[in-house]
Amino acid sequence: MSSLSEAKAEQPSILHTVQKAAADFGLPRVIILTTFIMLFVLAGIFNMNLPSFFGDVLRRWGMWGILVLAMVPSIQSGIGPNFGITVGILGGMLGAVLSIEMRSAGVFDFITNATMFGISTAMAAIVLGVFFASIMGALYGMLLNRVKGSEMAVSVYVGFSALAIFNIVWALIPVRTSTLILPATGSGLRQMINLTDDFGGAFDGLFRFQIGDMTVRLGLLSVFFVCCLLMWLFMRSRLGMMMSAAGSNPAYARASGINVDRMRILGTTISTALGAVGIIIYAQSFGFLQMYNAPQFYGFTVVASVLIGGATVKRARIFDVLLGAFLFNGILTIALPLANVMMPDVPGVPEMLRLIITNGIILYALSKAKGGR
Amino acid sequence: MQSEYVLELSNIRKAYGENVVLNGVSLAVKPGEIHALLGENGAGKSTLMNILFGMTMIHETGGYEGTVKISGEEVSFTSPNDALSAGIGMVHQEFMLIPGFTITENIKLGREDTLPTVLSHLFGKSLERLDHAKMDSDARKSLDAIGMGIEEHTRIMGLPVGYMQFVEIAREIDKLGIKLLVFDEPTAVLTESEASQLLDVMKSIADKGIAIIFISHRLSEIMTAAHGMTVLRDGELVATKPVVETSVTEIAELMVGRSIDNLGIAQEETFAGKPVALSIRDLHVDMPGEAVRGVTFDVHEGEIFGIGGMAGQGKVGVANGISGLFPADGSVEVFGERLDLLKLGDALDKGLAFVSEDRRGVGLLLEESIAHNIMFRVMATRQDFLSSFGFAKLLDAGKMNKHAQDMVELLDIRCHGYRQKVGTLSGGNQQKVCLAAALTMKPRLLIVSEPTRGIDIGAKELILNYLTKLRKEEGLTVIMISSELAELRSLCDRVAIVSDGKIVSILSPNASDAEYGLAMSAIAPADPDNEKGGVQ
Amino acid sequence: MTQDVFYNKVREIFFENKVVIMFAVICLFAFYHSGMTTTMFFNELFTRFGRNTFMVLSLLIPVVAGLGLNFGIVLGAMAAQIAMFLIVLWGGSGLLGIFWVALLATPIAIVFGYLVGRMFNSMKGSEMIGGMVTALFADGFYQFLFLFVFGGVIPIAATRLMIPTGVGVLNAINIGDSPNYMRQVIDNVSMLEILNVSFIAAIAFTAGMLIYKLAKKQPITLRGEGGFSKILLFLVPLTLAYIASFVIMPFLFFLYQDRLNGLVGVRLGAVTLALYNIYQIVQSKFVLKQETTPVRYYIYLGVAALLYAITLNTIIYSGLEHVGVPVFTYLLIAGLCFFIKWFMNTRLGQNMRTAGQNRAVATAAGINVDRTRVIAMIMSTLLASYGQIIMLQNFGVMSTYGSHTQVGLYAIAALLVGGATVSRASVKHAIMGVLLFHSLFILAPFASANLMGSALIGEYFRFFAANGVIAIALVMHAWQRTTKRKAVTA
Repeated sequence: MSSLSEAKAEQPSILHTVQKAAADFGLPRVIILTTFIMLFVLAGIFNMNLPSFFGDVLRRWGMWGILVLAMVPSIQSGIGPNFGITVGILGGMLGAVLSIEMRSAGVFDFITNATMFGISTAMAAIVLGVFFASIMGALYGMLLNRVKGSEMAVSVYVGFSALAIFNIVWALIPVRTSTLILPATGSGLRQMINLTDDFGGAFDGLFRFQIGDMTVRLGLLSVFFVCCLLMWLFMRSRLGMMMSAAGSNPAYARASGINVDRMRILGTTISTALGAVGIIIYAQSFGFLQMYNAPQFYGFTVVASVLIGGATVKRARIFDVLLGAFLFNGILTIALPLANVMMPDVPGVPEMLRLIITNGIILYALSKAKGGR
Repeated sequence: MQSEYVLELSNIRKAYGENVVLNGVSLAVKPGEIHALLGENGAGKSTLMNILFGMTMIHETGGYEGTVKISGEEVSFTSPNDALSAGIGMVHQEFMLIPGFTITENIKLGREDTLPTVLSHLFGKSLERLDHAKMDSDARKSLDAIGMGIEEHTRIMGLPVGYMQFVEIAREIDKLGIKLLVFDEPTAVLTESEASQLLDVMKSIADKGIAIIFISHRLSEIMTAAHGMTVLRDGELVATKPVVETSVTEIAELMVGRSIDNLGIAQEETFAGKPVALSIRDLHVDMPGEAVRGVTFDVHEGEIFGIGGMAGQGKVGVANGISGLFPADGSVEVFGERLDLLKLGDALDKGLAFVSEDRRGVGLLLEESIAHNIMFRVMATRQDFLSSFGFAKLLDAGKMNKHAQDMVELLDIRCHGYRQKVGTLSGGNQQKVCLAAALTMKPRLLIVSEPTRGIDIGAKELILNYLTKLRKEEGLTVIMISSELAELRSLCDRVAIVSDGKIVSILSPNASDAEYGLAMSAIAPADPDNEKGGVQ
Repeated sequence: MTQDVFYNKVREIFFENKVVIMFAVICLFAFYHSGMTTTMFFNELFTRFGRNTFMVLSLLIPVVAGLGLNFGIVLGAMAAQIAMFLIVLWGGSGLLGIFWVALLATPIAIVFGYLVGRMFNSMKGSEMIGGMVTALFADGFYQFLFLFVFGGVIPIAATRLMIPTGVGVLNAINIGDSPNYMRQVIDNVSMLEILNVSFIAAIAFTAGMLIYKLAKKQPITLRGEGGFSKILLFLVPLTLAYIASFVIMPFLFFLYQDRLNGLVGVRLGAVTLALYNIYQIVQSKFVLKQETTPVRYYIYLGVAALLYAITLNTIIYSGLEHVGVPVFTYLLIAGLCFFIKWFMNTRLGQNMRTAGQNRAVATAAGINVDRTRVIAMIMSTLLASYGQIIMLQNFGVMSTYGSHTQVGLYAIAALLVGGATVSRASVKHAIMGVLLFHSLFILAPFASANLMGSALIGEYFRFFAANGVIAIALVMHAWQRTTKRKAVTA
C-alpha cells in the first residue's frame, strides 16, 4: 500500500525533476554550451586543427582552474563570489617575486635536477604566497564581516585598491635580480617578468605527452585536480560542513553553536590563499608573471567562470568549477583563431566575447539572486 | 441613499485553498463609533482587514465571498489605494514614516500639495513644485486636531516612539474625506501615559464623526474607549455587542472559548516534588517583537510545561533566549548547571535541544538532504557521524544514512528517501525532520516552539502524540510554546501565560476559559477590578 | 558652557567634512612639493572643472533616489560617443554640430537609461555592483558596434574615420579640424552671443506667456502665482544689458570675449554669492519675518568674503590673472545645479527622495517606486551623455575605445572626495569634489616626481586615491547599514 502511494508520488516527480533541472541549468548556460559546441563545429568546418585546439583548451583549463576553485570556499561560507580574489593574487605575486630573489641569491643552487629546481622554486613561491595571502585574506574577511549584504561591490573596490597599493609597492620594492628590474629606470619591477630561469613551466613540463597534435600537460592538470580533490574532502569535513552551513543559513548555524563570522573569515582566507596558489600556477604555465594592473579584472573572469559552471552567488560545487572553467576557457581559446579566419579584419573579437560573456553571466546571476525584492 | 453605517461587512467568507479562515463574519460601524475588533491570533482579524483594504494577496488567493459596503454602497477594492480614496485609513502597527523627513513631509507623503510650473505644463503634473506653505499649514491643522503642539518642521529622527504614532494619526486625518480609521494594536509600543493620551485622541477623532476600528488585546483599553465590539474566534463571528453590556471576563471567555472539545484536556498530574530540570530567574531577552522582561519559573523533571500568550508578547522570546539565539540576561540553570547565555552553543552542550518556531529560517538547511539535517547539529557540537580519513575526519555517510533511515521510519517522515532535500518537503514533514534532529541530540530537556504552526492535522497529531510518548517512556522534560491554547491545555501539566514580556499566571490545564482569557489580556486572576471593566 | 557648545559644533563640522579636509591637506602638501606655479595650476584646474563637473552632477539624482552611486553613467557616455561618431560621419560641425550630437544622443541615452533602470529594479540592493558589471557588459557590445558593425555590416564610405581595412572605426576621432570642427565650440561661445540669445529667448518666453494667458482668458497680473513680476526680474536687466551692449563700447568689447578672466570670474562669483545671501537674509528678517535666520546664509556670506579676500593675495592673484574661464560651459554647469535644486522641490523629486529613503513606506504612500527609479536612471544617463559631450568637445578628440571607460570611476571618486556618501550627495559635494579630486590629479605626478624621483608613483597614487575613496565609501555605507539594522532589531 505504502509502496503504491510512493510510486504514485514518484511518477510526476521525475518529470518535475527533469523540468527543474532544465530550469536550474538556466538560459545563459544553454547559450554558452551551444556556443561552445557551435564554435567547435565551425572550427572543424574551417578545417582547423581541432586536437591542437583541444590541447590549448586543456591547458587554459588548468591555468585558470585553481583561481576558479577559489570561489567555492568564499561562496559556500556566505560572502558570495569573491571579486576581491585580486588580494590573494597579489599575495601570490609577492611570493613569486621573493622566490625569484631567493633563486638569484642562490638558495636553490643545491638542486641540480632542472625539473626539481623548477618545482622547488614554484613551491617556495606558493608557500610564501599562501603565507602573505592568508594574512591579507583574514584581514579582508574581517572587513567583509562588517559589510554583510554588500560584499560584492565592496570586494571589487577593495581588490582594486589593493592592486593600486601594490602598484606602488612594485615600483618601490628593492630587488637585485636582473629579470625583475625595469631596465629603463634601473629600479622597480617590470611589467612582465620572464620566468624561464625560475618556475616557468615547472608543472607544465611535468608528465607532458602528445596525442597526435593534442598536447596534454598532465602535470598542470594534476595540480588542478589535486586541489579540487582536497577542496572536496575539506567540504566533507566537520569544519567544511560547518562553513557551508554558516553560508547557506547563518541563523541555523548560530542555533547549532557555530560562530558564523569566524566561518566567513575562514572561507575568505582559504579563497584568498587559493588565489595565491592559482596565480603562481597560472604564471608558470604562461611563462611570465604579469605585474601592475594585469590582474585587475581576473576577479570578474573567475566569478563568471564558476557561475557558468552552474554555481549561484549562494552555492558552488566542485563540479561547477570544473565545468565552468572548461566552458569559459574553451570558448575563448577557440574564438581567437576562429575569428582570425572568419573575420580577419576585425580585431579584438575575443576581448568583446570575454566582456560580454563574463559580465552577462554575472548580471544574470545578480538579477536571479535578489529578484527585485 | 445614505446608510446609517459607514462600513458594513456582511457574511464575509474567505478560504486559502481548503483552509477556511473566515466564515460568515459581519461587522458594522457607525460614524463616530469606536468599534473594537477582538480575537486571538489566527482568529481572522488581519484577514478581515486585508479584505477591507483590498490587499493584493486576497485577490491572488481567489478573493472572498460576502459584501463590503461603504456608506451604503457596495464596493470591492482591488488595491489599498482604492480603499484610501474611498476614505478608509490605517494606522499601522509598524510606522510607515521616513526618519530623515520632517513631520510635514511625512504627513503629506505621496499626497504633496503642488503648484504648476512652466515645465509642468509641458511634461505633466509630476514636475509641479511643492507648495510648502500649504503643506505646512495643513500639517499644523492636523497636529492641532490631535492636540500635538510639536513644530511641524521637526524631523522624525529622534522623536519619541509615541510621537511617531501621533504623526501617523495626523497623516490619516489629513487625508481628505476620511471616514473610517483602523488602529491596529496602536498602543503596543507606547508607554502607559502615551497610551492613555492616544485613547483620548481616538475619542476626539470619533467625536468629529470619523468611525474607528480598534484592534487591541488590552481589554482594559477596550473597556475605556470602545463603544461597540466584535469578537472573532477561529474565523467565526462569536459576538457583537455594545461594550457597556459586557465585562472583561465575558470578553475573555468569548475570545478563548471552548474549541478544545476534540483535543481534550490533559490529566492533571503534579510534579511539584520532583527534582527541578530547568530553573529560570528573572530572564530578560532582547528579541525584536518578542521581548522578554523578567520571567521566573521552574520546570520539574518529566513535566510538560506549556507557555502560551498572544503573538508579540514574548512567549517565543523565552525559548530563544534560553537557546542563546538572542541576547539574554538572567539566570538559567539546567539540571543544576548554570547556563552561559552569552556563549554560543552552550545550551546545546548542556543537553538542551530546541525546535525553533522559525522552521525554515532557523530550524533547517533547506538545500540539504533530510539525512544531513538530522545529523548536522550532533556532528557540529559532538563530533559524531565522523570517521577518520588519514589525518582528517570526514563525514561518515554510512552511519548518517542509517540513522536517517531509522528516523524517517520512526517519525513517519513522508519522503522519497532520506536524500530528498528538506526544502521540498511539506511543512509537517519538515517539522518532523526538526524533531528528529533534536532527538538525535539525545537531549535531557526539549524545547519545542510552535510545533504545530502551519502543518496538517495528521502531522500535528503525530507530533503531539510523540511528545507525550517521549515523556512517558523516556522521562524527557518538555517545554512547549504555542499560540494555540487548546493544544497546550491538551498536553501540558502546567501552562504559563505570557503577556508584555512577563508571566501573568501559571494555570492548570483545566482552569476555566475566563481565567485563560483574562491572563491573555494581561489581567492576573487576583486583579481586583476585572469585573468592572478596569477604568483607570 | 557656550565655549563647550562652540567646541562641539566645531568638532561636528570637522567630523562631517573629514574627507574634504583630508583631501585638502593632501592637495596642499602635493602643491607644496609639486613646484608648480599657480598660473599653471589654476589654468589646469579651471579647464578640468569645466570639463568634468557636468558629469559628476549627473550622479546626484540616482543617489537621492536610493540607487547609490550610478556606475551606469558609462552608458550615457557611450550614447554620447555613438551620437558623436554618427554626426561626425554625417558632416556635422561647429556649435550646430554639437547641438545635433546632443539631440541624437538624447534618445539613445533615454533607451540606455531605461534598460539599466529596468535591470536595476530586478537587483535592488545590488545596484552598484550591477552598475559596474553593466558598464563592462555594455562595453562588449559597444566594441562590437564600433569594431564590426560600423564598416562590417553598415558600409561606411568615410575612410578617414575607419581602420584601413574598412571594417571598424579608428582609435581616435579628430573633432578638432574641418570638416568636423567641434573642438571647444561650447567653451568658445562668446558672452555677446549668450546675451543676444537669452534676450531673444526671454522676449519670446514673455510673449508666449502673454499669448497663453490671453488664449486661456486668465487675468494678467504682476504679483502672485503666475504673475509677471518674476519674469520681469529677468527681462528688465537682460534688456538693459542688451541695450548697453550697443551703447557702451567697452562693455561690448568685454562681451566679445568667450573666456572670462579668472580673477574677474572669481570676484564676480564672490560678489554674486554675497549678494544672494544678503538678499536671503533680508528676505528672512524683514519680509518673511522669521524668528531665526538660518545660520548657513551667514556662513556663505563669510565664505564669499573669504573668497574675495583670497584673490588679493599676490600668488593667487597672479595665478588667476592668466586663467580664462569658458563662460558658456560654466553657465551650463550652473544651470544644471539650479535645475537639480529646483527638481528636488517638485513632486517627482520628492517622490524620488521618498523612494530613496524607504521603498516600503514609499509604496504604502502610493508612489510607484519602480517607475520613479527608472526615471531617475534615465535622467542620470541623459545628463551623463551631455556631460560626455562637454568633455569631448573640450578635448577636441574622441578616443573611440577609451574615452568612456574611466568616466564612472573618476566621476564617482570625485563626488565622494567632495564628502558625498552612497546615500547622500548634493551639488556642494559635487563642486567641492571636482575641485579637490582634480587638484590631486594635476599635482600628484609632479609632487611624486620631486619627492620620489618618479612621476609614475604619482600616477599610481591617483589610481589608488580614486579606487580607495570608492572602497572606503562602500565600506562605510555597508557598515552603517549593518549597524543600523542591528539597532533596529535590538
